[in-house]
Amino acid sequence: MFDDFFIRALVAGIGVALVTGPLGCFVIWRRLSYFGDTLAHSALLGVTLAFTMEFNIALSVFIISSLIALTLIQLQKRTNLPGDALLGLLAHSSLAVGLVVIGFLTFIRFDIMGLLFGDILAVTVDDLLIIWIGGAIILLILKLIWKPLFASTVNYELAEAEGLNPDRAKAIFTILMAAIIAISIKMVGLLLITGMLIIPAAMARNISTSPQKMVVYSIIGGLLSVILGLFSSLEFNTSSGPSIITAALLLFILSLFKIKQTIKLKN
Amino acid sequence: MSSNQNILVKLKDAGFKINDKWLVQGVSLQVEKGKIVTLIGPNGSGKSTTAKIALGIYKKVEGEVEKFTNKVGYVPQKISIDWTLPLRVNDFMVLTENLKSETINEALSLTGVIHLKDKNLGDLSGGEFQRVLLARAISKKPDLLVLDEPVQGVDFTGEIALYELIKKISDELNCGILLISHDLHTVMSATDHVVCLNGHVCCSGSPIDVAKNDEYKALFGEQASQILSRYEHKHDHIHTDEGKIKKN
Repeated sequence: MFDDFFIRALVAGIGVALVTGPLGCFVIWRRLSYFGDTLAHSALLGVTLAFTMEFNIALSVFIISSLIALTLIQLQKRTNLPGDALLGLLAHSSLAVGLVVIGFLTFIRFDIMGLLFGDILAVTVDDLLIIWIGGAIILLILKLIWKPLFASTVNYELAEAEGLNPDRAKAIFTILMAAIIAISIKMVGLLLITGMLIIPAAMARNISTSPQKMVVYSIIGGLLSVILGLFSSLEFNTSSGPSIITAALLLFILSLFKIKQTIKLKN
Repeated sequence: MSSNQNILVKLKDAGFKINDKWLVQGVSLQVEKGKIVTLIGPNGSGKSTTAKIALGIYKKVEGEVEKFTNKVGYVPQKISIDWTLPLRVNDFMVLTENLKSETINEALSLTGVIHLKDKNLGDLSGGEFQRVLLARAISKKPDLLVLDEPVQGVDFTGEIALYELIKKISDELNCGILLISHDLHTVMSATDHVVCLNGHVCCSGSPIDVAKNDEYKALFGEQASQILSRYEHKHDHIHTDEGKIKKN
């Protein structure tokens, strides 16, 4: 059944959406959109290193993104630069270094567009395994750290005072972010991964009244975006990443009508 | 002083500084089961800092801090809930510990906000939110309660009721309470031990001892002695029908 490239893409996309749904909620709650972007940009460096050393792409991206995240934490401690400047510095320099390295690798044919925007044709059965097993592990760990992570998102000092160890939860969450980027890069492409994290969760925010509901709606929104996006990608022969993100945007626009109603009710 | 088993948190010569500026230093105090310890002092005297040292929120601390329990309920002085989070009162109640529905209802009823259970946290008034904060802290039946100005923004009658509730909780749960309050009436009536701070410990002891202390008078000045005399005056008047304010 996985012989058909489109079925593979669909199964991969569903796996990705199941994980980006809950993670995306935390990205919004903790204001980590640009952090996600930075990790995603650094993924290019991970991909090029994987090609040079004939290494698994997802693993290589995961390692590089984790290193960039750790570097960021160190720079935040040791410099006086604001967080957004550090994020920009790391995002663009790792993207640039990645592109320069590609320039040297003349012996390998690179599909840069596929890397940047995702390529459904490229999803293999191995990728499916990585997405579903990796995704299951990410969700399991997220479930385990949910309480301290959520409590410290609401208020760090409450979580710390009441013995929940929020620093550890935050460090683990950072690793989970690197992991989701690593496993979803082939589907969505590195320029648009953060969109997959943010847009369905933002849509969910507009229509939810509790954190649990927001997570559920965010997953449903992600699944719909993947299905809609992949079918239109097939129909119009467009890259898979932009098609999925455009579908997510359409759902977000629809959700604005719901929020308009609730605001009217309030007044 | 009671036996060591009763001690919940103990500070010995504790202090905390940021960028070489001491927020507070040389604080020694201990909170025991069933006792209320109150921190008083002017703005910026290090009351909240002392509470955060005791709670372990500040990590690089001078001196010794020993905490003997992890069952802690905390009402911070300032808390801002982000609008990006869709959070109802009910979700907030189970923030750090899963609780049964009856337990949540009981705590919310005690602080008089059970009717707000399904409301969005962002839609509450300051006083209502303060009552929810207190309900959350007591609902998990903690060994140690740290209350940093727990009744700020609460209406006058509510304030008295909540202070009575705090006293009752301390007796019923036999938990220790570290309280920060500007209300000297309450301090004088409900507290077992008062620590008067002004960047360091000015004086400490039973409420009556502290009220008589010269350093306390110097720090709080005319106002404090007025309030104290008003307190004694009030005590004479409401003693018969309410008897809430007891003289030790």
